[in-house]
Amino acid sequence: MNAGLVILAVIALATLGYFVGRARALAKAGGDIRGLHSLPNYYGQTVFLFTAVPALLVCVGWLLLQPLYVEHRVSDMITPADIAEGSSQSLVMADIRRIATGLDTAVARGALTGADLSSLSADATDVRALLAGVGVALASEVKGSVLAAAKEYRAATATLKMAMSVVVILIALAGFVLSLRRLRPDFRARNVSETAIKALLILASSVAILTTVGIIFSLVFETANFFGLHSAADFFFGLTWNPQFRGGSDLGILPLLWGTLYVSFVALLFAVPIGLLVAIYLSEYASNRVRTIVKPAVEILAGIPTIVYGLFALITVGPLLRDYFAQPLGLGTSSSSVLTAGLVMGVMLIPFVSSLSDDVINAVPQSMRDGSYGLGATQSETVKQVILPAALPGIVGAILLAASRAIGETMIVVMGAGAAAKLSLNPLEAMTTITVKIVSQLTGDTEFASPETLVAFALGLSLFVVTLGLNVLALYIVRKYREQYE
Amino acid sequence: MYDAPNLGAKVEQKTNKIEANGVQVYYGDTHAIKDVSVAIESNTVTAFIGPSGCGKSTFLRCLNRMNDTIDICRIEGDIRLDGEDIYDKRVDPVQLRAKVGMVFQKPNPFPKSIYDNIAYGPRIHGLAKSKADLDEIVEKSLRRGAIWNEVKDRLHEPGTGLSGGQQQRLCIARAIATEPEVLLMDEPCSALDPIATAQVEELIDELRAQYSVVIVTHSMQQAARVSQKTAFFHLGHLVEYDNTSTIFTNPRDERTESYITGRIG
Ligand SMILES: Nc1ncnc2c1ncn2[C@@H]1O[C@H](COP(=O)(O)OP(=O)(O)OP(=O)(O)O)[C@@H](O)[C@H]1O
Ligand SMILES: [Mg+2]
Repeated sequence: MNAGLVILAVIALATLGYFVGRARALAKAGGDIRGLHSLPNYYGQTVFLFTAVPALLVCVGWLLLQPLYVEHRVSDMITPADIAEGSSQSLVMADIRRIATGLDTAVARGALTGADLSSLSADATDVRALLAGVGVALASEVKGSVLAAAKEYRAATATLKMAMSVVVILIALAGFVLSLRRLRPDFRARNVSETAIKALLILASSVAILTTVGIIFSLVFETANFFGLHSAADFFFGLTWNPQFRGGSDLGILPLLWGTLYVSFVALLFAVPIGLLVAIYLSEYASNRVRTIVKPAVEILAGIPTIVYGLFALITVGPLLRDYFAQPLGLGTSSSSVLTAGLVMGVMLIPFVSSLSDDVINAVPQSMRDGSYGLGATQSETVKQVILPAALPGIVGAILLAASRAIGETMIVVMGAGAAAKLSLNPLEAMTTITVKIVSQLTGDTEFASPETLVAFALGLSLFVVTLGLNVLALYIVRKYREQYE
Repeated sequence: MYDAPNLGAKVEQKTNKIEANGVQVYYGDTHAIKDVSVAIESNTVTAFIGPSGCGKSTFLRCLNRMNDTIDICRIEGDIRLDGEDIYDKRVDPVQLRAKVGMVFQKPNPFPKSIYDNIAYGPRIHGLAKSKADLDEIVEKSLRRGAIWNEVKDRLHEPGTGLSGGQQQRLCIARAIATEPEVLLMDEPCSALDPIATAQVEELIDELRAQYSVVIVTHSMQQAARVSQKTAFFHLGHLVEYDNTSTIFTNPRDERTESYITGRIG
């Protein structure tokens, strides 16, 4: 029986348990709900949970551990002699897995019978051709020991699968029977349900956390590989970024970091004041009618795909800045520049700042405004001296969110600022950012294990650390402010 | 039960500080104030009493145009401060509110330090010539608000960190700091203990020398203790307006009598 069927069977049994449990609880209380500790549904849920949860947990655990165990057993059958020149243990294991599935398919299609299979030997039959016939292509001839390992792999997998089906269904049955037997009118079924919900919530949040941990680990792992191949000093302190196909590259992060921070800074310089003013206008001055039109109109900006912003930067803003600023002022001749990307990204960020700040400003209680107006303050005095200070933690949060967005942005930068890594103060020169270089290092023909490719992970990790730092800073600011005023 | 000190001595100098005629207030379709006419005298404490929801706060907010900040609120009729129509186009509501100060029903200190809370009005209106001047205004206001002793060592801590009653006294001090001519107080003592209440009442009595004070209160004893005039509101109507002594000893309307004796509420 395959795993999907087993799971379905367990759930079916649990569902049956739900109805039986409910009916049984009612019957024990003599048909009177008031005689029960909890509503009958909760007794049903209890039986469902005791039947399904342990069985499914075992099932998942088994499915995770089984391949590990089988591979361990099979890998003992492979001697170093079986590993060809330029190959590795893991490649051979991958072959074994493919052969095993191939054999399965062959048996399923009737190209082989069970008896054929047990007598199958690498010397007598052309296994490669046989498997090619069922659609499994192999790179080389199959050696005797490898074929034996594959057969063993197949057999062990089949046995264990069978065992799993039996064990899981037994556990489900045990849960079913035991929980039904424990049902009494004073059994606290509501509390069982409560615990289950709590566990579900914890599980959901741990998915998010574990994913983050997983991402960090994969980044750290590849970054460690990179630092094994390339000097860390060059990466962190090198002033040039110049990857070479033939090795001997300069992979200094500083020009990229500079580009990232410069572009983001220009973008925020543009987006934060405008976004804040928009938010203040919308929440304090605009009439309801204006608000219902302007707010969605501003938020449309957030829905435009970044590639469209990139086009706008490339075709309109870039040439405009070049023709009217850069060339007349003698500051550059390139249409891609930090200023181009920064301005266009700033436009993209306006709704981030304005929308969040608007919400925060609206959350400031009306009594604060009343207090200020009641003392004879004007609207702008009230905004400046009472509302903005009260809304500050939220506004800082909005700005930092916009900042992380700016730092992670790629498309607008490629099309607006170019791809030349440079350390320069001139905002009308082309520069590039970390994200752009991550993409360009990973898309290309370079070998995956070279420092030129692995540097992408080190760049990614650095970017992650920068945004993490920003978030920590945001928390710190918000907390400090809270202590003072709440 | 009530005292009327120097009523006889000062009565002839009193003028009408605020005159309201035929005031109607609507919140959307709700008719909250129905044809109210009242004259509030200078150097007098006027008490507004009446059951919850009868429109005391609403009427009070008309007197300094705080209702302008509520979109759905519509006001008809005529309200004059020193003979000038406050709803006239030429009148700047901001200027008006500096003259007619307000203490709200719920304490609403700003999320600033105690010092900055008090200094807010004087700074906006440029009342202090120097830092020392401002310090003096702050101290004087806090003393008059009967809270100086509790906060003098923590002037630079946030005003929101005070207890509810302290916050209310802070708001009273904040309102006096701008030196208004009329002070509107919406249940200023509802969160205060008896000692602080007595201090605030003493303050109100003191303020009467310079200002007109209008106080909304649910405590009959308080109305009787501090006010010279009392207005009784019921369901948006001004039922009766007279000298406090008359209202409490010899009301003309039976609704007034029932209310002050605790039969309707
Ligand atoms: N912002 C508002 N929007 C709509 N209706 C309002 C608003 N404020 C007050 N009202 C209505 O106007 C009427 C008078 O309210 P008001 O606050 O003036 O009563 P009050 O006499 O001050 O009562 P309390 O003693 O409980 O403070 C009530 O019916 C109330 O529901
Ligand atoms: Mg009220």
